[in-house]
Order: sequence, then structure tokens, then C-alpha cells
Amino acid sequence: MTPALQARGLRKSYGTQEVVCGVDLTVAAGECFGLLGPNGAGKTTTLKLCLGLIDPDAGTARLLDHEVPASAREARAKVGVVPQFDNLDPDFTVAENLVVYGRYFGIRDAQIEARIPDLLEFAGLNGRANSRIQTLSGGMKRRLTLARALVNDPQLLFMDEPTTGLDPQARHLIWERLRRLTQEGRTLILTTHFMEEAERLCRRIAIMDHGRIIAEGSPRALSSEHIESQVVEVHGPGCETWMERARGLAPRIERAGETVFCYAEEVEPVLADLRGRGELAYLHRPANLEDLFLKLTGRDLRD
Amino acid sequence: MNSRLYAPPALSVRFIPVWRRHFLVWRKLALPSILGNLADPLIMLFGLGYGLGTVMGEIGGTSYFAFLAAGFVASSTMYAATFETLFSAFSRMHVQKTWEAIVNAPMTLDDVLLGEWAWAVTKALAAGVCMLVVIALFGYAKSLLALAAIPAVVLIGLAFGGLGLVINALASGYDFFSYYLTLVLTPMMMLSGVFFPVEQLPGVIQAMAMALPLYHGVEIVRPLLSGTLPAHLLLHIAVLAGYAAAGFYLATVLTRRRLLQ
Repeated sequence: MTPALQARGLRKSYGTQEVVCGVDLTVAAGECFGLLGPNGAGKTTTLKLCLGLIDPDAGTARLLDHEVPASAREARAKVGVVPQFDNLDPDFTVAENLVVYGRYFGIRDAQIEARIPDLLEFAGLNGRANSRIQTLSGGMKRRLTLARALVNDPQLLFMDEPTTGLDPQARHLIWERLRRLTQEGRTLILTTHFMEEAERLCRRIAIMDHGRIIAEGSPRALSSEHIESQVVEVHGPGCETWMERARGLAPRIERAGETVFCYAEEVEPVLADLRGRGELAYLHRPANLEDLFLKLTGRDLRD
Repeated sequence: MNSRLYAPPALSVRFIPVWRRHFLVWRKLALPSILGNLADPLIMLFGLGYGLGTVMGEIGGTSYFAFLAAGFVASSTMYAATFETLFSAFSRMHVQKTWEAIVNAPMTLDDVLLGEWAWAVTKALAAGVCMLVVIALFGYAKSLLALAAIPAVVLIGLAFGGLGLVINALASGYDFFSYYLTLVLTPMMMLSGVFFPVEQLPGVIQAMAMALPLYHGVEIVRPLLSGTLPAHLLLHIAVLAGYAAAGFYLATVLTRRRLLQ
């Protein structure tokens, strides 16, 4: 089966700064693929290149059997997009937003109006067809944006940080809906910097930093390939001096601010040492994608 | 790459959903919008027309009120097309990100721009026709030739809609527009024969005035309202059409450079 998305050697510069530096991506039809990276890694620009919304300086992309950007219009007819920032029409009601958006796909009003109850049910917005956008909560707006991306019954959805800014309840509802979409056989491509989101939803992820893909694979395979399975986080007075001692107890020690992270397959020596030290607080947990992410992209703050 | 940037605008009927979107928004706010279109030029017209008119007497065989009214048909058309393509288009492009939402669908930036242009012309037409109706009600439309001012209004709307989209493509924020309004449009209004005949100006400035699109708009509308065919009609049409085509092409290239590169 041909991949839903195939990008080769995509490059894009703004001024003297290269934002996307030779990105290769292959996403199989029907899979949920996550593009992870810190702010400014080039995720959004990569998505825009794949959608044919901006012209690459070099490289090729093929989206649902159409060359992009040359035949981007044909490709986008089969794609739904959830942008990073909601751009619903504030002057319209919920239903008007859906009808007007469907017209951009050449869908007749009556056809969309017939689908509105289903779309609203999907978005958890039953009975809100005539609500004005200003009266919706952040989570409702996000779900309406997701419903709007489905007006053309797309084969593939691009989602740029679908749950950023949402509270846990709203986030879980979105996750549940996204799973429903993959169960229906749709391909999902999402960017996120929530590791938990990628771990829960994505079959495959790619980690991007400074415009390059630095790791790619299933969340579990990547974790076992790049990081130790256990972590002990330690903080408290004297943590700094203890860190020197810890170097003999775990193969990899990292420090971020006042916290020391001990990574190991076998953390019993670390725990045994800590049990005798009441002044140090510690947390033992399995390593997750966030640890992988921080190892690969560093702990420096990104703006 | 560059051939995509400089390619002529792709004109397709796909702009219609964009136009319909703007129309639906406008319908919700129609009354204040129409009042805004009419109130400003009418206050100016009645204030200056009756006030100054009594001092000025006749200009070129018509009352000053009729002279000014014809000028205001052209200038309020200009301002309607301009405000739509500056403030309204900018808020759709930059603030509300409506354009971004539209191009995520199978629409192109060219479709969006054509929709904006067509919508600006629609607003300009509404403003121009409102003025024409008021003028006709006061008996200043001398013959059915006045109806021919309607296509002239469309042409003025196309010219200033195209130019406005150029400014929109260059704008960094709403403040940027005041340069265009105060440094370009206000002097243009003074030099284009809206308030007084261009012949009053020194020769050099008269020559400059003839390069301005509003001048040609006024030169078409005024004779039509007083019941005569405009002199040099084809020249006036050609200049306005030239501004429209060049403006829209330049706006397309600059907007592509701003958003697609």
C-alpha cells in the first residue's frame, strides 16, 4: 500500500535561518503518527510544507497520491486540518461555521446541514448548533475545530498541537475522539510536546529538533533504544553533594535545577542509599517518553 | 519557485464561497454598516454643499451641491473599497486567521484574494449606489445616464480594492494604514476634483492629478449625473482598469511573498 504521506529532503529557510533542514517522513495509511519537538523545532513549518501551504526550498512531498505543492488542492480536498490556534469564525454560530467551511470544499449546504447532528455529536456539542462562538469554552472551540476538519469526511487529519491549553477533562475527551477516528481507518498526523499524548495515541513518533528528525520509531522501541527503563528523581538539601556519590550507583545521572535524575535499568542501589537519608525526597518511576525527549533535545529552555 | 511567485493571479469561481462568507458576516451587521457608508459622506455633502454652496454660487453651470455630490459618489466608493481591503481584510488575514482556515481547505491564496477583491467591490458598489440614490432623491440625477454611473462605481471599486490589497499585504499592523489614508488618499481627494475643479490648480499639479485614479473616477461620474457623456471616456476607463489590474497583480505577488514563502 502506498504511504499516506511521504516527504523527502524537505528544506525551508526564513532569511538566513534554516527552519526545516532536510526532513524525511513516511506515514502509512491508517496510522497515528506523532511529530514531537520543543517549541521552534520546525514542526508547524513541516506540516505546512506537507500540506502545500508554503513552498519548500528543496525536497518533495507526496500526500495521498498527489504531488505537493503542485497538486496540493487535490490533496487537501481529502484532508482535514486542525490548526494550532483556533480560527473559527467569531461572527458565526456553531452550525454556520460548519456550513461555511464545507462550502470551501464545494459541498452543498443541504449536504452539510444533514451531517451537522453527527458532527456535533462527535464534538460533544449536541444542542449547541445555534450557539455563538464567544459563548463556547476553550475545549468546546477545540472540539468544534476538530468537527470542522471532518466536514469533508477526510482520509487524513493533520493536527497541530490538538490539546494545547486544554484542561485534563477536555484533553481526555479529545484523545477519545482521536482514537475513534483511527478506528474508522483515518490517518492521523499530529504535532505535540505532550509526551503523554504521543504515548497514548501514536503508533509511531518522530522527534524533531532544530529542523531535523533526530529519532523515529514506536514510543516503546525508542524508549528502550535510547533510555534506561527506571528513573529516580531526587531533591532536597544536600542534593548536590549526594549527586557525586550517586554517580557510582546509576549509569546515568542528570541534573535540572535542584533535582537530580538517576537513570538505570536496576535502581535498587540508588533506592537503598536514599532510604538512609531523610533529608532527601525522592520519586521512583518508570522512564517515559518525556525522559527520552529531554535526553535527545536537552533540558535548555526553548522560546 | 519565482515563477509561482510572479504568476498571474489564478482567476477561478472558487472565490465565491469566500465572498459568501463575507456576505454572511455583513448581513449580521448590515444596518450599522449601511448607516456608516451613508452618514459620513452625507454629513459632509449637506454641510459643505449647502454651507459652502451659498458662498460659492455655481460651478461649471451646476450648483455647488450637485458638483460636490458627484465627487462624493466617487470618493465614498473609494473609501468603501479601501476600508474593506485595509482594516477588514487585515483582521481576516492577520488577527482572526480566517485566511489560514480557508487555505487549509482545497482553496488557494489566489482564491482568497479574489474573494476579498470581489467583496471590496461589492461594498464599494453598495456605498456608491447609496450615494446615487440619495442624489437622485434630491433631484440631482438629471437623466437615465446617471444609471451608467453604476458600472463606473464598480470600476472605481476595482481600482481601490486592488490598491488596498497591496497596502494590506505590506501592513505590519492597523497603524500602518494611517500612512496610506493620510498621505495618499486624503491628498488624492483634494487633487482629484471632488471639492473643486482641477483647473483651479497650477499646471504641474494638474498634470499630477491626471495620474490619480480618483480623478478619472470623478471625470466619469460627474458628467453622467448631469446628463452628458464624459469626455475622454475610454481614457478614464483605461486608467482605472490599469490601476485595478496592476494593483491586484501586485497585491497577489506581495501577499504570496508574505504568506507562502
